[in-house]
Amino acid sequence: MGAGLARFARNRMALFGAAILLGLLLLVLATPALFPGDPFRLVGPALQPPGGRFLLGTDTLGRDVAAQIAYGARTSLLIGVGATLGAILFGVIVGGLAGYYRGAVEIVLMRVTEFFQTIPAFVLAILIVAILSPSVTSEIIAIAAVSWPGIARLVRGEFAALGGREFILACTGLGASDARIIFRHMLPNCTAPIIAVGSLLIGTAILIEAGLAFLGLGDPNVMSWGLIISAGRAVLRSAWWICTFPGIAILLTVLAINLVGDGLNEALNPRLRER
Amino acid sequence: MTTPVLDIEKLSIGLPPGADRAQAVTDVDLALRAGAVTCLIGESGSGKSMVARAILGLLPKPHVRIAGGRLLFEGQDLAAIDESGMRAIRGARIAMIFQEPMTALNPLHTIGRQLDEILRIHTTTGRAARRDRILALLDSVHLPDPARLARAFPHQLSGGQRQRAMIAMALALKPRLLIADEPTTALDVTTQAQILHLIRDLQREHGTSVLFITHDFGVVADIADSVAVLQKGRLVEQGGVADVLGRPQHPYTRSLIAAVPKLAPPPVRPASTAPLVVEGRKIEKAYGARGLFGGRAIRALAQVDVELRRGETLGVVGESGSGKSTLARAVTRLMPVDGGEILLSGHNVADLSRAQMRPHRKRVQMVFQDPYASLDPRQRVIDIIAEGPIIHGTTPAVAQEEARVLLGLVGLDPSAARRFPHEFSGGQRQRIGIARALALRPDILVADEPVSALDVSVQAQILALLADIKARLQLSMLFVTHDLRVALQVCDRIAVMRQGAVVEVGPTAEIYASPKHPYTAALFAAVPGADWQERASRPIHERTHA
Repeated sequence: MGAGLARFARNRMALFGAAILLGLLLLVLATPALFPGDPFRLVGPALQPPGGRFLLGTDTLGRDVAAQIAYGARTSLLIGVGATLGAILFGVIVGGLAGYYRGAVEIVLMRVTEFFQTIPAFVLAILIVAILSPSVTSEIIAIAAVSWPGIARLVRGEFAALGGREFILACTGLGASDARIIFRHMLPNCTAPIIAVGSLLIGTAILIEAGLAFLGLGDPNVMSWGLIISAGRAVLRSAWWICTFPGIAILLTVLAINLVGDGLNEALNPRLRER
Repeated sequence: MTTPVLDIEKLSIGLPPGADRAQAVTDVDLALRAGAVTCLIGESGSGKSMVARAILGLLPKPHVRIAGGRLLFEGQDLAAIDESGMRAIRGARIAMIFQEPMTALNPLHTIGRQLDEILRIHTTTGRAARRDRILALLDSVHLPDPARLARAFPHQLSGGQRQRAMIAMALALKPRLLIADEPTTALDVTTQAQILHLIRDLQREHGTSVLFITHDFGVVADIADSVAVLQKGRLVEQGGVADVLGRPQHPYTRSLIAAVPKLAPPPVRPASTAPLVVEGRKIEKAYGARGLFGGRAIRALAQVDVELRRGETLGVVGESGSGKSTLARAVTRLMPVDGGEILLSGHNVADLSRAQMRPHRKRVQMVFQDPYASLDPRQRVIDIIAEGPIIHGTTPAVAQEEARVLLGLVGLDPSAARRFPHEFSGGQRQRIGIARALALRPDILVADEPVSALDVSVQAQILALLADIKARLQLSMLFVTHDLRVALQVCDRIAVMRQGAVVEVGPTAEIYASPKHPYTAALFAAVPGADWQERASRPIHERTHA
C-alpha cells in the first residue's frame, strides 16, 4: 500500500485531481463561515450578473449563486460518498458470496446482478426515488441500488481468482473457517481494486444525483447543483451564469474524481502497472 | 576455428534505479560459433534472459537498456541498429523459442497459417510452394501427420507438440542463430528429452548456431558444446562442456554442480514395519463431470491405493497430469474425493464435512509448490505461522511465542517475524511455508513439489532442512515430485503415477535398480544429463570426453 501511494504521488494528473478535491473539501468545510445563513434566502435583486456585489450573480429569485454552489457541494459529496459506500457494502456481500461459494449460490446471485445491470441505471434510479419520495436518503438508496452490480462483479472475479491461490488452500488446510478466510485473507487482498473502482463510482453517483435533482426528484429542501441548474434552465439564454457555474462545478468535481480514481487504479492494481 | 556468428563484446545492460543491482549483466564477452550449441547457465536473477532479449532488441525499454558493449552479428552491431534494421534480422536471421509455447503462439490461428505468415512476410515463394515447405517443416520437427497438424489450433496440441511447432517456425527461414530461452522448462521430463534431441539434430543438420539458456546442468550436459556460467550478471566461467562440467574452475560453478541432485543409487534401507499412518483405498476423483451441462470428465485418480508408514517418506513421482498433486490434495482433504477411503491412523476422513474434518487437520499438514503464491501477501510472517494454532484455540501470545521458536527451527532470523513475505527470497519463503505447516505439530507432512520452483542451490538447502526436520520431529512424509533425482535422494519408497493410476510402487533402491514398469524405466532414461552423472560418479581417469 505504501509503495502504491508513492506511485500515486508520481502521477501528475492524479495529483491535479487530488488538489481540486482538496479545494472542494475546504470549500465545504468553510461554507458556514463564507456564506452564513440559508442558501435559499433571498439576498438581493434577481438575475444580477456575476462580478458585481455577488461573485457569481443571483438567480431568478435573487438568491446568491455562489452560496448555492457552496452548499450544493456539500450535498453532492455527501450523496456521492454515501451512495458509493452503500454500493460497495452491498456489492462486496453479493460478489463475495458468489465468488467464494461458487456453484448454485453464484449462479443465482450473478443472474440477479446481471438483471440489475440490464436495466438502464438512470431510469431505475428515477423509479426508486419516485417510489420512496424525494429526499437525500432516498437518493442515496437509489444511486447505491443502481451502482452495486459493477462492484459485485469485480469482487466475484477477485474472490474466484483468490480462491484457487495456494495461500487460501493453505488456510483451509490449517482448518480455518469460511469467515476467517473471507475476512482475514480474501477481503484484504482485494481492497486495492475495490478502492480504485469505488473512487470512480463517486463521480458517477454525483452525476446521477445532479440528473435526479434536475428532474425535480432531488430533496426540495436541500440545495444541490442539479437543483440550481433545474431552476435556472428557463432563463438559460438571458442569465447564462445560473446554469453555467454549477455545471462547471459538476464538471470539475467529476473530472477530479476520475483523475484520482485512475491514479489509484494504476497505483494499486498491479496488472495495469508497467513492468 | 570459424569466426563467430555472433560476437558479444563487453555487453552491459543497465537496470533502472532501485533495482537490486545497477546492471543486469556487466562486461559479458561471449562468442557464438556456427554449428555449436552454447549454453548460458545461471540461477534466477543472474541476467541470463536479459542477454537473449538484448540480442533481439527486446529489452523492456526505456528502463532497461544496453549500457555498453557491442553485439557483432554479420558485421553489424545489434546494439546500435535501429528498429527497422532489427526487424529484418529478427525472425529471419536470428530466431527465438520461448519457455511457454502457448503464449508465443496465436491461439486464433492454425499452426499452418502461422507458419505461412512467416514465409509470406520474409520470402517471395508462391502459395503452393509455401504449402509444401510448411509440411516439410512440420515433418522435420517429427510432428505426426503434418497435413492434419497444419490445420490444428495451438490448444489442440500437447505441450511438446506446441514446442515442436515453435521450433518449426523458428527454423522456417533457416536463421543463422537460434536463441532458446529455457525451451524445455515447462515440459515433462520425457518430452524434454525428445525436444533436446530434436534441437540438437536440427542444429547439426543446418549448421545453426544456438544460444541455449537454462538453469539445469543436466540439460547442459545433454546438449551443449560450450558453456558460459553467469552469476549475478557476471560471466564467471566459460569453456567447452567437458571442461566446465568435468573440471569446473570457479567456486560458484563447483557449488552449482555439487548442488545438482544426483541420479545415484540410494542406500538400501530396511523395509519399515511401523504402523500405517495414512492409508488410501481405491481413491477416485474426476474433474469436470459436474455442472449444468455435464461435460467430459477427466479421471484424475483411478482406484488409487496408497500407504504411508510412521516415520517413512513416500515419494509420489509422475509427469504433469498424472494425478500426483490431486493425490496430495485428496489425502489432506483440501479437495473432496468421489470415492474410496482415506484412513488417517484408522479414521476414515474421506467423507467428512469441512467442520468434521477440522480436528483432523492438525495431524496432516501441507507444504506447497509455489512459495510466491502460498503465503498471504498481506500478513506478517509471524501471523502466517501462528495462524494455525490460533484457529485451533491457542491464545495469540502463546502461538506467536511458538512461531518464533519455529522460525529458528527452519533457519530464519528472529527479525523475520515482523516482515512481509515479499521481502524474502523463494527459498526463505519456502522455509516460512514449512514453519507454518509445522506449527500445528502434525504427524504427517505432505509436500507437493516443495523445491521445484527453487534454484538448484536453494533446492539442496530446503531438501536438507526437510530431512532434518523429519528426523527430529519423527514425521511421516508424502513427497510429491516430478524430479526422479530428488525422489531418489529423499524417499524410502517411491510410487510412480501415470494417468491417474499408480503403475509401480516399491523401495527406492529397488525402483532404481530394476524398474518393473516400462514407464518407470522411460522416466529414468529421460532424466537430463543421466549419462553425465553416471560418468561423474565413476573415478576421474575413466571419464570420456566428448
